[in-house]
Amino acid sequence: MENMHLKLKIWRQGGKFSKKGEFVTYELDNVSEHMSFLEMLDVLNEKLITQREEPVAFEHDCREGICGTCSMVINGHPHGPNAGTTTCQLHMRFFRDGDTITVEPFRAKSFPVVKDLVVERAAFDRIIQAGGFVSINTGQAQDANAIPVSKESATVAFDAAACIGCGACVAACPNASAMLFVSAKVSHLAMLPQGKVEAKRRALAMVKQMDLEGFGNCSNVTACEAECPKEISVENIARLNREYISAAFVYDEKEEKGGGAG
Amino acid sequence: MSWLTNTLSPVGLGWFGGFLTSSIGKKVLMALTGLFLISFLPIHLLGNLYLLKDDKGESFNLYAEFMTHNKIIKAVSYTLYLSIVLHAIQGLLLWRQNASARGQNYAVKVTRAVGTNPRAATRMGWLGTILLIFILLHMYQFWLQMKLGNVPRAAYGNGEIVKDLYNPVMDAFANPTFVIIYVVSMIAIAFHLWHGFQSAFQTLGLNHGKYTPFIKALGKVYSVLIPAGFAIIPIYVYGDSMGWW
Repeated sequence: MENMHLKLKIWRQGGKFSKKGEFVTYELDNVSEHMSFLEMLDVLNEKLITQREEPVAFEHDCREGICGTCSMVINGHPHGPNAGTTTCQLHMRFFRDGDTITVEPFRAKSFPVVKDLVVERAAFDRIIQAGGFVSINTGQAQDANAIPVSKESATVAFDAAACIGCGACVAACPNASAMLFVSAKVSHLAMLPQGKVEAKRRALAMVKQMDLEGFGNCSNVTACEAECPKEISVENIARLNREYISAAFVYDEKEEKGGGAG
Repeated sequence: MSWLTNTLSPVGLGWFGGFLTSSIGKKVLMALTGLFLISFLPIHLLGNLYLLKDDKGESFNLYAEFMTHNKIIKAVSYTLYLSIVLHAIQGLLLWRQNASARGQNYAVKVTRAVGTNPRAATRMGWLGTILLIFILLHMYQFWLQMKLGNVPRAAYGNGEIVKDLYNPVMDAFANPTFVIIYVVSMIAIAFHLWHGFQSAFQTLGLNHGKYTPFIKALGKVYSVLIPAGFAIIPIYVYGDSMGWW
């Protein structure tokens, strides 16, 4: 199918549209199957601008699947129905001529809508600020084998580090829980020697911030893993649970402030 | 600061209150009480199977007499009641909190899952509510009547007079309404366990390539066999009263 005709049911909120938001249906002709979903939206916006209408606000940056910016829910799936891809990697050849496509923003109380499909994901930044880091300067890349890391640990850490922080896990979760994101960050740092030192403090601090942000509680539905564009496994959530449970019983926050030589 | 943290702070256990009211701590409570309730089901079922024995309720009534008079079993049963209450209250609170975390609902939402049934997993609150209503009815119908002594008496071999729970149960199961309520509730428990059994282990952090496939398989077998075992009894008794077999 060279040129498709599509009906796009898009969520519009703010600007000329109501503050509470509403769906507006647009018709789009000559959609090439080679376009990415974002390019299709670019074409729609060109058309809207020509007609002196307000273009659809949506987030995008790298357009190669590594930045995690292109947040939207397409036909009920964050980043669209294909597994293991972001919206920018979704091509129009996966749709049929005459399809109606529903496009909504990620929905979670902790991700308020800024405009149309754009949501504020600063809650994730605050979770990272609470503990998603290594406190020391790790310096330049080490000589190979200077710090021993087993192959298994390196694999688990790398798979978890593939998380791009896009928030699809929250959008997909029926409880709007951020556990997959937090567990990926905790796992990726806890599995490596530089990050392991602060693993207990990190797990406590990040979960505390996650709860403060008002995300829901994990009920192991695993919708997060099914929709994650980086296919992060819920095994990381089990690891976070282990880290958190053990930290709650053995790590004393009061010792953070006391002691020291200077 | 949660209310539990504030309450436990004076005795130096504020950290424990903080743990229990964290999102993971709440789920740990659900997992532990849930696993305890899971471990109780086969014991209850074994006792119920005495109902099928053709001795006019002698073995069932003597078993009920033993269960209500043994001190250790009494202690365990009070732990059980506490677990039901905690599991139900915590579950309802989590249900409400999780529902409000979404804010505005999606117009179109498809829920996929990996290694569990998304239809059961997303309806644990509804299934749990059916089970709570069933447990309340069940406790009123049999447990409370037994406690209050509103049941007939029966005498067996050694002249011992015991409470007769067998005949009230037989009467209830001759009533098609109760049979349907019992069987539907067992279907609800099957779906609740289908997700809950393996979910409890995941919450406790027990997920490993070496044993998780076994836990998941065991959970599936368990969540079919145990409720089926319970459901067979009212169906059999009803059929028997109708002279079907």
